[in-house]
Amino acid sequence: MTILQADSLTKSFGATPALAGASLTVDRGQIIAVMGPSGSGKSTLLHCLAGIFAPDHGTVAFDGRRLDLMSDRGRTKLRRTAFGFVFQFGQLVPELTAIDNIALPLLLDGVRRRTAYERAAGWFGRLGLDGLEGRRTGELSGGQAQRIAVGRALVTRPAVLFADEPTGALDSLTGEQVMDLMIDSVRAEGTAVVLVTHDARVAAHADTQITVRDGKVISGVRV
Amino acid sequence: MNVPTTLLGLLEPAPSHGYELKREYDDLFADNGRPLSFGQLYGTLSRLERDGQIAVLGAEPGEGPDRKRYAITESGVTQLDRWLAEPEKPEPMLQATLFVKVVLALLSRRPAEQYLETQRQAHLSRMHELTAMRKAGPLDRTLLADYGLFHLEADLRWIDVTTARLDQLRIEIAR
Repeated sequence: MTILQADSLTKSFGATPALAGASLTVDRGQIIAVMGPSGSGKSTLLHCLAGIFAPDHGTVAFDGRRLDLMSDRGRTKLRRTAFGFVFQFGQLVPELTAIDNIALPLLLDGVRRRTAYERAAGWFGRLGLDGLEGRRTGELSGGQAQRIAVGRALVTRPAVLFADEPTGALDSLTGEQVMDLMIDSVRAEGTAVVLVTHDARVAAHADTQITVRDGKVISGVRV
Repeated sequence: MNVPTTLLGLLEPAPSHGYELKREYDDLFADNGRPLSFGQLYGTLSRLERDGQIAVLGAEPGEGPDRKRYAITESGVTQLDRWLAEPEKPEPMLQATLFVKVVLALLSRRPAEQYLETQRQAHLSRMHELTAMRKAGPLDRTLLADYGLFHLEADLRWIDVTTARLDQLRIEIAR
Protein backbone atom coordinates (compact mmCIF):
# COMPACT_ATOMS: atom_id res chain seq x y z
CA MET A 1 0.00 0.00 0.00
CA THR A 2 1.42 3.33 -1.08
CA ILE A 3 2.44 5.82 1.63
CA LEU A 4 4.34 8.32 -0.49
CA GLN A 5 3.96 9.07 -4.18
CA ALA A 6 5.78 11.60 -6.32
CA ASP A 7 4.90 12.20 -9.97
CA SER A 8 6.92 14.09 -12.61
CA LEU A 9 8.74 16.36 -10.16
CA THR A 10 10.77 19.25 -11.51
CA LYS A 11 12.83 21.63 -9.42
CA SER A 12 15.43 24.20 -10.46
CA PHE A 13 17.77 26.37 -8.46
CA GLY A 14 18.15 29.47 -10.60
CA ALA A 15 19.06 28.24 -14.05
CA THR A 16 20.28 24.88 -12.74
CA PRO A 17 17.75 22.04 -13.04
CA ALA A 18 17.99 19.59 -10.12
CA LEU A 19 14.93 17.48 -10.90
CA ALA A 20 13.65 16.95 -14.42
CA GLY A 21 10.55 14.76 -14.17
CA ALA A 22 11.34 12.40 -11.27
CA SER A 23 8.66 9.93 -10.17
CA LEU A 24 8.74 7.53 -7.25
CA THR A 25 6.37 5.40 -5.19
CA VAL A 26 7.11 4.24 -1.64
CA ASP A 27 4.98 1.57 0.04
CA ARG A 28 4.30 1.35 3.78
CA GLY A 29 7.28 -0.19 5.53
CA GLN A 30 9.35 -0.26 2.34
CA ILE A 31 13.04 0.60 2.56
CA ILE A 32 14.12 2.29 -0.64
CA ALA A 33 17.64 3.45 -1.44
CA VAL A 34 18.07 6.40 -3.80
CA MET A 35 21.46 6.24 -5.47
CA GLY A 36 23.21 8.41 -8.04
CA PRO A 37 26.33 10.46 -8.62
CA SER A 38 26.92 13.84 -6.96
CA GLY A 39 24.66 16.47 -8.47
CA SER A 40 22.23 13.88 -9.87
CA GLY A 41 19.31 15.33 -7.88
CA LYS A 42 18.96 12.59 -5.29
CA SER A 43 19.05 14.91 -2.25
CA THR A 44 16.67 17.37 -3.93
CA LEU A 45 14.31 14.44 -4.53
CA LEU A 46 14.46 13.61 -0.81
CA HIS A 47 13.79 17.23 0.12
CA CYS A 48 10.76 17.39 -2.18
CA LEU A 49 9.39 14.06 -0.91
CA ALA A 50 9.76 15.27 2.67
CA GLY A 51 8.07 18.61 2.00
CA ILE A 52 11.22 20.60 2.78
CA PHE A 53 11.22 22.03 -0.76
CA ALA A 54 8.12 22.56 -2.85
CA PRO A 55 8.63 21.24 -6.39
CA ASP A 56 8.30 23.70 -9.30
CA HIS A 57 5.97 21.23 -11.04
CA GLY A 58 4.63 17.77 -10.31
CA THR A 59 2.86 16.28 -7.33
CA VAL A 60 3.85 14.71 -4.01
CA ALA A 61 1.26 12.88 -1.94
CA PHE A 62 1.69 11.45 1.54
CA ASP A 63 -1.04 9.02 2.52
CA GLY A 64 -3.26 10.60 -0.12
CA ARG A 65 -2.61 14.22 1.00
CA ARG A 66 -0.93 16.57 -1.50
CA LEU A 67 2.22 18.08 0.03
CA ASP A 68 2.76 20.34 -2.96
CA LEU A 69 -0.60 22.05 -2.27
CA MET A 70 -0.12 22.31 1.50
CA SER A 71 0.80 25.54 3.33
CA ASP A 72 4.28 25.87 4.84
CA ARG A 73 2.70 25.49 8.24
CA GLY A 74 0.90 22.31 7.24
CA ARG A 75 4.09 20.81 5.83
CA THR A 76 6.04 21.75 8.95
CA LYS A 77 3.49 20.00 11.12
CA LEU A 78 3.56 16.92 8.91
CA ARG A 79 7.35 16.79 9.06
CA ARG A 80 7.21 16.92 12.84
CA THR A 81 4.55 14.25 13.28
CA ALA A 82 4.76 11.86 10.34
CA PHE A 83 8.38 12.09 9.19
CA GLY A 84 11.75 11.45 10.81
CA PHE A 85 15.12 12.66 9.56
CA VAL A 86 18.70 11.46 9.85
CA PHE A 87 21.41 13.45 8.09
CA GLN A 88 25.15 13.10 7.82
CA PHE A 89 26.12 15.95 10.16
CA GLY A 90 25.03 18.42 12.77
CA GLN A 91 21.55 17.40 13.65
CA LEU A 92 21.83 17.14 17.44
CA VAL A 93 21.64 20.15 19.73
CA PRO A 94 25.10 20.29 21.33
CA GLU A 95 24.01 22.11 24.49
CA LEU A 96 21.53 19.38 25.35
CA THR A 97 22.15 15.90 26.74
CA ALA A 98 21.59 12.72 24.74
CA ILE A 99 18.20 12.07 26.36
CA ASP A 100 17.12 15.71 25.89
CA ASN A 101 17.88 15.35 22.19
CA ILE A 102 15.76 12.23 21.82
CA ALA A 103 12.88 13.71 23.87
CA LEU A 104 12.96 17.01 21.97
CA PRO A 105 10.65 16.13 19.03
CA LEU A 106 8.05 14.80 21.47
CA LEU A 107 8.22 17.95 23.58
CA LEU A 108 7.88 20.11 20.47
CA ASP A 109 4.83 18.08 19.58
CA GLY A 110 3.19 18.82 22.93
CA VAL A 111 3.76 15.47 24.64
CA ARG A 112 3.94 15.82 28.45
CA ARG A 113 7.47 16.10 29.75
CA ARG A 114 7.38 12.98 31.87
CA THR A 115 5.94 10.84 29.06
CA ALA A 116 8.42 12.27 26.58
CA TYR A 117 11.39 11.40 28.80
CA GLU A 118 10.05 7.91 29.53
CA ARG A 119 9.71 7.22 25.83
CA ALA A 120 13.13 8.69 25.10
CA ALA A 121 14.73 6.59 27.87
CA GLY A 122 13.28 3.45 26.29
CA TRP A 123 15.46 4.02 23.23
CA PHE A 124 18.82 3.82 25.01
CA GLY A 125 18.74 0.05 25.44
CA ARG A 126 17.71 -0.47 21.81
CA LEU A 127 20.49 1.81 20.66
CA GLY A 128 23.11 0.04 22.78
CA LEU A 129 23.73 3.33 24.63
CA ASP A 130 22.66 2.49 28.19
CA GLY A 131 24.29 4.82 30.71
CA LEU A 132 24.89 7.66 28.23
CA GLU A 133 21.55 9.42 28.80
CA GLY A 134 23.13 12.38 30.61
CA ARG A 135 26.07 12.93 28.27
CA ARG A 136 26.18 16.11 26.24
CA THR A 137 26.25 15.25 22.57
CA GLY A 138 29.66 16.90 22.13
CA GLU A 139 31.04 14.20 24.43
CA LEU A 140 29.80 11.35 22.26
CA SER A 141 31.74 9.55 19.51
CA GLY A 142 30.53 9.95 15.92
CA GLY A 143 28.86 6.53 15.97
CA GLN A 144 27.14 7.18 19.30
CA ALA A 145 25.91 10.59 18.13
CA GLN A 146 24.48 9.04 14.97
CA ARG A 147 22.65 6.40 17.01
CA ILE A 148 21.12 9.20 19.09
CA ALA A 149 20.09 10.84 15.82
CA VAL A 150 18.38 7.56 14.81
CA GLY A 151 16.56 7.46 18.16
CA ARG A 152 15.49 11.07 17.81
CA ALA A 153 14.20 10.45 14.29
CA LEU A 154 12.17 7.40 15.31
CA VAL A 155 10.89 8.38 18.79
CA THR A 156 7.76 9.97 17.31
CA ARG A 157 7.04 6.69 15.46
CA PRO A 158 7.02 8.37 12.05
CA ALA A 159 5.46 6.73 9.01
CA VAL A 160 8.51 7.61 6.88
CA LEU A 161 12.16 8.06 7.83
CA PHE A 162 14.27 10.18 5.48
CA ALA A 163 17.99 9.46 5.75
CA ASP A 164 20.57 11.38 3.70
CA GLU A 165 24.02 9.73 3.78
CA PRO A 166 23.40 8.67 7.40
CA THR A 167 26.78 6.95 7.73
CA GLY A 168 28.74 9.26 5.45
CA ALA A 169 30.91 10.60 8.27
CA LEU A 170 31.61 7.24 9.93
CA ASP A 171 34.27 4.56 9.36
CA SER A 172 33.15 1.29 7.70
CA LEU A 173 32.59 -0.77 10.83
CA THR A 174 30.81 1.96 12.81
CA GLY A 175 28.76 2.82 9.74
CA GLU A 176 27.63 -0.83 9.41
CA GLN A 177 26.65 -0.91 13.09
CA VAL A 178 24.56 2.27 12.73
CA MET A 179 22.92 0.92 9.55
CA ASP A 180 22.11 -2.45 11.19
CA LEU A 181 20.56 -0.66 14.13
CA MET A 182 18.58 1.74 11.98
CA ILE A 183 17.26 -1.05 9.73
CA ASP A 184 16.34 -3.30 12.67
CA SER A 185 14.50 -0.39 14.32
CA VAL A 186 12.50 0.62 11.24
CA ARG A 187 11.57 -3.00 10.52
CA ALA A 188 10.33 -3.39 14.10
CA GLU A 189 8.28 -0.18 13.81
CA GLY A 190 7.05 -0.74 10.25
CA THR A 191 8.51 2.60 9.19
CA ALA A 192 9.16 3.24 5.49
CA VAL A 193 12.61 4.62 4.67
CA VAL A 194 13.88 6.83 1.87
CA LEU A 195 17.64 6.40 2.10
CA VAL A 196 19.80 8.66 -0.05
CA THR A 197 23.33 7.39 -0.50
CA HIS A 198 26.13 7.10 -3.01
CA ASP A 199 27.48 4.11 -1.05
CA ALA A 200 26.42 0.76 -2.54
CA ARG A 201 27.10 -1.08 0.73
CA VAL A 202 24.64 1.22 2.51
CA ALA A 203 22.11 0.85 -0.31
CA ALA A 204 22.40 -2.94 -0.07
CA HIS A 205 20.40 -2.78 3.19
CA ALA A 206 17.34 -1.56 1.25
CA ASP A 207 14.54 -3.67 -0.28
CA THR A 208 14.58 -1.55 -3.42
CA GLN A 209 17.32 0.47 -5.02
CA ILE A 210 16.65 3.22 -7.51
CA THR A 211 19.12 5.34 -9.44
CA VAL A 212 18.73 9.04 -10.13
CA ARG A 213 20.66 10.59 -13.00
CA ASP A 214 20.23 14.08 -14.44
CA GLY A 215 17.21 14.69 -12.25
CA LYS A 216 15.29 11.59 -13.31
CA VAL A 217 14.74 8.15 -11.82
CA ILE A 218 16.37 5.98 -14.46
CA SER A 219 16.15 2.52 -13.00
CA GLY A 220 15.03 0.50 -10.08
CA VAL A 221 15.73 -2.96 -8.73
CA ARG A 222 13.57 -4.66 -6.13
CA VAL A 223 15.40 -7.41 -4.29
CA MET B 1 37.91 -13.52 -20.51
CA ASN B 2 35.73 -15.15 -23.16
CA VAL B 3 38.08 -15.44 -26.16
CA PRO B 4 35.64 -17.07 -28.65
CA THR B 5 32.93 -14.45 -28.17
CA THR B 6 35.51 -11.65 -28.17
CA LEU B 7 36.75 -12.84 -31.57
CA LEU B 8 33.15 -12.82 -32.80
CA GLY B 9 32.90 -9.21 -31.64
CA LEU B 10 36.05 -8.28 -33.54
CA LEU B 11 34.85 -10.03 -36.68
CA GLU B 12 31.42 -8.45 -36.67
CA PRO B 13 32.35 -5.06 -38.22
CA ALA B 14 34.21 -6.69 -41.14
CA PRO B 15 35.74 -10.03 -42.19
CA SER B 16 39.38 -10.41 -41.23
CA HIS B 17 42.47 -12.63 -41.35
CA GLY B 18 43.81 -14.50 -38.32
CA TYR B 19 46.87 -12.31 -38.05
CA GLU B 20 44.79 -9.11 -38.15
CA LEU B 21 42.46 -10.48 -35.50
CA LYS B 22 45.38 -11.21 -33.20
CA ARG B 23 46.79 -7.71 -33.69
CA GLU B 24 43.46 -6.07 -32.95
CA TYR B 25 42.81 -8.31 -29.96
CA ASP B 26 46.26 -7.58 -28.46
CA ASP B 27 45.90 -3.80 -29.07
CA LEU B 28 42.57 -3.65 -27.27
CA PHE B 29 42.80 -6.31 -24.60
CA ALA B 30 46.35 -7.59 -23.97
CA ASP B 31 46.95 -4.98 -21.24
CA ASN B 32 43.86 -6.29 -19.52
CA GLY B 33 44.87 -9.97 -19.66
CA ARG B 34 47.58 -11.33 -21.89
CA PRO B 35 48.34 -11.46 -25.62
CA LEU B 36 46.57 -14.11 -27.63
CA SER B 37 48.86 -16.94 -28.76
CA PHE B 38 48.59 -18.12 -32.36
CA GLY B 39 47.78 -21.61 -31.08
CA GLN B 40 44.83 -20.32 -29.09
CA LEU B 41 43.72 -18.05 -31.94
CA TYR B 42 43.61 -20.71 -34.64
CA GLY B 43 42.25 -23.36 -32.27
CA THR B 44 39.40 -21.01 -31.34
CA LEU B 45 38.74 -20.00 -34.97
CA SER B 46 38.46 -23.61 -36.06
CA ARG B 47 36.03 -24.38 -33.23
CA LEU B 48 33.94 -21.31 -34.13
CA GLU B 49 33.92 -22.48 -37.76
CA ARG B 50 32.93 -26.01 -36.75
CA ASP B 51 30.05 -24.57 -34.65
CA GLY B 52 28.83 -22.43 -37.54
CA GLN B 53 29.48 -19.09 -35.82
CA ILE B 54 32.04 -17.99 -38.40
CA ALA B 55 32.63 -18.99 -42.01
CA VAL B 56 35.76 -19.00 -44.16
CA LEU B 57 35.22 -16.61 -47.04
CA GLY B 58 38.00 -18.10 -49.09
CA ALA B 59 41.68 -18.79 -48.78
CA GLU B 60 44.17 -16.70 -50.67
CA PRO B 61 46.92 -18.49 -52.57
CA GLY B 62 49.67 -19.88 -50.36
CA GLU B 63 49.99 -22.21 -47.40
CA GLY B 64 48.82 -21.88 -43.81
CA PRO B 65 45.85 -20.62 -41.82
CA ASP B 66 47.02 -16.98 -42.15
CA ARG B 67 45.66 -16.94 -45.68
CA LYS B 68 42.04 -17.54 -44.66
CA ARG B 69 39.54 -14.72 -44.32
CA TYR B 70 36.89 -15.24 -41.66
CA ALA B 71 33.41 -13.71 -41.44
CA ILE B 72 30.84 -13.86 -38.64
CA THR B 73 27.63 -15.78 -39.42
CA GLU B 74 24.09 -15.02 -38.27
CA SER B 75 24.45 -17.62 -35.54
CA GLY B 76 27.68 -15.90 -34.44
CA VAL B 77 25.89 -12.52 -34.19
CA THR B 78 23.15 -14.13 -32.09
CA GLN B 79 25.75 -15.61 -29.74
CA LEU B 80 27.52 -12.22 -29.45
CA ASP B 81 24.21 -10.43 -28.75
CA ARG B 82 23.32 -12.92 -26.05
CA TRP B 83 26.71 -12.67 -24.31
CA LEU B 84 26.76 -8.87 -24.31
CA ALA B 85 23.23 -8.45 -22.99
CA GLU B 86 23.41 -11.03 -20.22
CA PRO B 87 24.90 -9.77 -16.92
CA GLU B 88 27.88 -11.66 -15.60
CA LYS B 89 27.54 -13.48 -12.31
CA PRO B 90 28.63 -10.85 -9.79
CA GLU B 91 31.84 -12.10 -8.26
CA PRO B 92 35.22 -10.60 -7.41
CA MET B 93 37.71 -9.94 -10.24
CA LEU B 94 35.15 -9.47 -12.98
CA GLN B 95 36.69 -6.37 -14.46
CA ALA B 96 38.43 -8.06 -17.41
CA THR B 97 35.15 -9.43 -18.78
CA LEU B 98 33.20 -6.23 -18.13
CA PHE B 99 35.88 -4.19 -19.88
CA VAL B 100 35.74 -6.41 -22.97
CA LYS B 101 31.95 -6.17 -23.07
CA VAL B 102 32.06 -2.38 -22.95
CA VAL B 103 34.67 -2.13 -25.72
CA LEU B 104 32.88 -4.62 -27.98
CA ALA B 105 29.54 -2.90 -27.40
CA LEU B 106 31.03 0.47 -28.38
CA LEU B 107 32.81 -1.00 -31.42
CA SER B 108 29.55 -2.44 -32.71
CA ARG B 109 27.35 0.53 -31.64
CA ARG B 110 25.37 -1.60 -29.25
CA PRO B 111 23.83 -0.04 -26.08
CA ALA B 112 26.81 -0.18 -23.69
CA GLU B 113 24.92 1.99 -21.13
CA GLN B 114 22.17 -0.59 -20.96
CA TYR B 115 24.60 -3.50 -20.46
CA LEU B 116 26.35 -1.61 -17.66
CA GLU B 117 23.02 -0.79 -16.00
CA THR B 118 21.90 -4.44 -16.18
CA GLN B 119 25.20 -5.45 -14.62
CA ARG B 120 24.81 -2.77 -11.95
CA GLN B 121 21.42 -4.15 -10.97
CA ALA B 122 22.78 -7.70 -10.80
CA HIS B 123 25.55 -6.45 -8.52
CA LEU B 124 23.14 -4.58 -6.23
CA SER B 125 20.94 -7.67 -5.89
CA ARG B 126 23.93 -9.80 -4.95
CA MET B 127 25.10 -7.17 -2.46
CA HIS B 128 21.67 -7.26 -0.83
CA GLU B 129 22.00 -11.05 -0.38
CA LEU B 130 25.51 -10.71 1.02
CA THR B 131 24.32 -7.99 3.43
CA ALA B 132 21.72 -10.41 4.82
CA MET B 133 24.45 -13.06 5.15
CA ARG B 134 26.73 -10.55 6.89
CA LYS B 135 24.02 -9.68 9.41
CA ALA B 136 23.07 -13.29 10.12
CA GLY B 137 26.63 -14.21 11.19
CA PRO B 138 28.48 -15.99 12.76
CA LEU B 139 31.61 -13.87 12.48
CA ASP B 140 33.46 -16.06 9.97
CA ARG B 141 30.48 -15.88 7.58
CA THR B 142 30.22 -12.15 8.24
CA LEU B 143 33.85 -11.64 7.26
CA LEU B 144 33.39 -13.74 4.13
CA ALA B 145 30.35 -11.68 3.16
CA ASP B 146 32.32 -8.47 3.83
CA TYR B 147 35.06 -9.65 1.47
CA GLY B 148 32.51 -10.14 -1.30
CA LEU B 149 30.77 -6.83 -0.54
CA PHE B 150 33.96 -4.78 -0.72
CA HIS B 151 34.95 -6.35 -4.06
CA LEU B 152 31.50 -5.90 -5.58
CA GLU B 153 31.52 -2.31 -4.36
CA ALA B 154 34.77 -1.75 -6.24
CA ASP B 155 33.19 -3.21 -9.42
CA LEU B 156 30.22 -0.91 -8.97
CA ARG B 157 32.43 2.13 -8.69
CA TRP B 158 34.12 1.11 -11.91
CA ILE B 159 30.70 0.61 -13.57
CA ASP B 160 29.60 4.10 -12.46
CA VAL B 161 32.78 5.83 -13.60
CA THR B 162 32.74 3.97 -16.92
CA THR B 163 29.09 4.87 -17.50
CA ALA B 164 30.02 8.52 -16.96
CA ARG B 165 32.89 8.23 -19.46
CA LEU B 166 31.23 6.22 -22.22
CA ASP B 167 30.92 9.14 -24.63
CA GLN B 168 34.64 9.89 -24.35
CA LEU B 169 35.57 6.21 -24.66
CA ARG B 170 33.36 5.87 -27.75
CA ILE B 171 35.32 8.66 -29.44
CA GLU B 172 38.71 7.23 -28.49
CA ILE B 173 37.87 3.71 -29.67
CA ALA B 174 36.58 5.03 -32.98
CA ARG B 175 39.95 6.63 -33.78
